[in-house]
Amino acid sequence: MATPNTPLWEVFVRSRNGLAHKHCGSLHASDASMALQAARDIFTRRGEGLSIWVVPSNAITASDPAEKGMMFEPAESKIYRHPTFYDVPEEVGHM
Amino acid sequence: MATPSIEVSETPLVLHLLRRADDALILGHRLSEWCGHAPMLEEDMALSNTALDLLGQARELYSYAAKIEGRGNDEDKFAYLRDVRQYRNLLLVEQPNGDFGRTIVRQFFYSAFADLYWRAMMKSADATLAAIAARSEKESAYHLRHSSEWMVRLGDGTEESHRRTQAAIDDLWAFTGEMFFVDEAERALIDARIAIDPAGLRPQWLKTVSAVVGEAALALPASDWMQRGGRDGRHSEHLGHLLSELQSMQRTFPGATW
Repeated sequence: MATPNTPLWEVFVRSRNGLAHKHCGSLHASDASMALQAARDIFTRRGEGLSIWVVPSNAITASDPAEKGMMFEPAESKIYRHPTFYDVPEEVGHM
Repeated sequence: MATPSIEVSETPLVLHLLRRADDALILGHRLSEWCGHAPMLEEDMALSNTALDLLGQARELYSYAAKIEGRGNDEDKFAYLRDVRQYRNLLLVEQPNGDFGRTIVRQFFYSAFADLYWRAMMKSADATLAAIAARSEKESAYHLRHSSEWMVRLGDGTEESHRRTQAAIDDLWAFTGEMFFVDEAERALIDARIAIDPAGLRPQWLKTVSAVVGEAALALPASDWMQRGGRDGRHSEHLGHLLSELQSMQRTFPGATW
């Protein structure tokens, strides 16, 4: 439900052992600081996070699902772009 | 009501613990009444989280009170098997939720006190109380921030939100004085540095509250007449109704578990 007083916000949480903030959901809030508090109460109440970002949903430019074919299918047939055609020397270890 | 109430040996420390535990339990129960009813899902979660924080505080305080009392009572018996006159909470926290603005004002007045109170109690000479205080202070600090943010948005929001929030301030103001009241029973604990003197917190509380209320374009009443009684078990009519719901299972099916 979109209302003018409580726009939508996207929430990104960095977990205890994670290096990057990951998108974990969205919520409605009147402004940024209320969004941050709501995110804290909804997405970190079981100790999930050490850091939260909130971003106005309308600040995100998204790809159009209808253009999925044009955008993503051409990459599917190009398996040579995967680094699977050479042997990694053992000395390199885990990459 | 099939199950009789327990008897409690209210030594000063047990009384002190029950007063704080009852504050947390009753306010937590009030907030839990919003579960499924809050104005928006996000706030439903926030109020329920706060309720659970307070319930956690109550449990620790009741458990410690049971240990100090040493008569076989426990946290459940304190919560479920005391009558309304045996409850020692502030009149403020038992006041009905009313509208959302009223709930926020009640929370704001209490949290502004609890934040200062637990922070000061971290220096208690009683190690257990100091540990409970350290945990509770972090929770209370967040409750204060959350309710403060809402105070500003409601007070400085629409004409209706301003009117409702101001009405709640006017109605609940007379219950705030009890937070700073000290009686003889607790004086010895204060002298022994087990408890702190809450009266000393009032200037800072008033400063915090005045700043937020000012930012919210609201006003505090000029009246300094204060109602008290809860600390001695003299409650408003609302607490009995609350307890009848809170206690109905254990009173009807004693010792029931699931």
